Amino acid sequence: MSATRADVCVIACAEAFRGDGEILASPIGLIPTLGARLAALTFEPDLVYSDGDAIQLGAPLSVSASSQTPRVAEAWLPFGHMFDIVWSGRRHVMMGATQIDRYGNQNIACIGEWDQPKAQLLGVRGAPGNTVNHPVSYWIPKHDTRAFVKEVDCVSGVGYDRAAAAGPSASEFHEIRRVITNLAVLDFDTPDHSMQLRSVHPGVTVAEVVAATGFILVLPTEVPETRLPSAEELSLIESVLDPNGTRAAEVTA
Amino acid sequence: MIDKRVTEAEVVAELSDGMVIGIGGWGSRRKPMSIVREILRSDLKDLTIVSYGGPDVGMLCAAGKVRKAVYGFVSLDSVPLEPYFRAARQNKTIEAMELDEGMLQLGLRAAAWRVSFLPCRAGMGSAITEVNPKMATVVSPYDGQEFLAMPALPLDVALLHANRADTRGNAQYLGSDWYFDDLFAMAATRTFVSCEKMVTAGDLTDTGPVESIRISRLFTAGVVEAPFGAHFTHCVPDYYRDETIQREYVASAKDEGGWSAFRARYIDIPEADYRAIAQSSLEKSASAS
Repeated sequence: MSATRADVCVIACAEAFRGDGEILASPIGLIPTLGARLAALTFEPDLVYSDGDAIQLGAPLSVSASSQTPRVAEAWLPFGHMFDIVWSGRRHVMMGATQIDRYGNQNIACIGEWDQPKAQLLGVRGAPGNTVNHPVSYWIPKHDTRAFVKEVDCVSGVGYDRAAAAGPSASEFHEIRRVITNLAVLDFDTPDHSMQLRSVHPGVTVAEVVAATGFILVLPTEVPETRLPSAEELSLIESVLDPNGTRAAEVTA
Repeated sequence: MIDKRVTEAEVVAELSDGMVIGIGGWGSRRKPMSIVREILRSDLKDLTIVSYGGPDVGMLCAAGKVRKAVYGFVSLDSVPLEPYFRAARQNKTIEAMELDEGMLQLGLRAAAWRVSFLPCRAGMGSAITEVNPKMATVVSPYDGQEFLAMPALPLDVALLHANRADTRGNAQYLGSDWYFDDLFAMAATRTFVSCEKMVTAGDLTDTGPVESIRISRLFTAGVVEAPFGAHFTHCVPDYYRDETIQREYVASAKDEGGWSAFRARYIDIPEADYRAIAQSSLEKSASAS
């Protein structure tokens, strides 16, 4: 079977964890979860990952597992310990973003004025603490100008400009590693940390990504394609991590 | 020997308008819903609710009980957005104090330790400092670094739901996470714990290891035996979340008069009837899966 766009997105998410070693990978959502677990099964074998609840997994678990499915526990990670881990810095989270700007400021709290939002969303959740304590990446399944905006409505996750302005307690451990979308992979490895296009997924043009982005994206002279999964990776995704093929529904492009 | 057994109605009789009430659990997990239902049936008002919010916050908002909500998020887990909380925010019928999840924990800890703040990095650079204009920073006397000073969040009352408790007020958690229930208890002047099953004082070590008895009677004022007391939120290992009734709750928010219909069916009824509904619904979903 050949790789789908969803598989490419899983690979791009997995790649974000490359080099992380023995830290807690905390993926939020289906594609990031597949990516983190795939990284742990292949090129980042020491990566620590959980079932999304209080169990640090000692063996791979399908993303279709319900809370009632048995799992292999390696250690215990209740939420109280989770904040200790966040604040110790031994973690890389991949969260969602309803909005994101060119410096990586992210919003999951609300749309419109915070005082009386047009749409109340989740609240800031752990985004303020995550972004100033350890590496953070974002997964955005629909890359468009509603998500990639000039200015976010409520800064939940802190971007580079605001971390610098807030001083060392915000900037010392701040790193926005990657932004992965249904179209492309982006990063902030530029002199002023504004977002640049790192790769486009096979079948996507640079012009499409630029058109779907509501701010000026830094474009390197050559934009490579996001790599495809290897046969081994594809087989792990299909047979172990997502045998029910649930990933197809999240990435339609 | 002290006997702290009370009923939900007796707990609610101890509450008064304008109180700051902390609610344990997390999202749609192990919420003290039978006590929440009793509050919904009461004429209490103007409450400040401090919570890792789920349907507890949503229902109290829907019933007009909330003056102010203090939260890091309000979510139903399997359904990310809480419809009645959203409506309350969007219609501005409540005040809000929005925090990073970890800051909420720190506020409870500061209250538990009787200090007025605790420092943290979380919140620096984010909208938290803008939407909470009274929140200040503090400069370390040791290295001059500036941190956010998370203010203490003292509670008048904490309401929790545990798997087991004994008649003297010790509480036991048999699931894999007790969330921040212990901090809520320590941050509160008085704490009431409901439980799936009450045992005789001293017998909790028969139902689980000693380290599962997370809350000492030092910190509790009353215990309520409330089978299915967390329903429709989950209370593992006693039962999983009742997704069917949670979906019905979410759907009710879309209909004109939906909340009134939901409350007539599930809230304005005797708790014994509610338990029967919960039991039969959980049995149905268990046999379907």
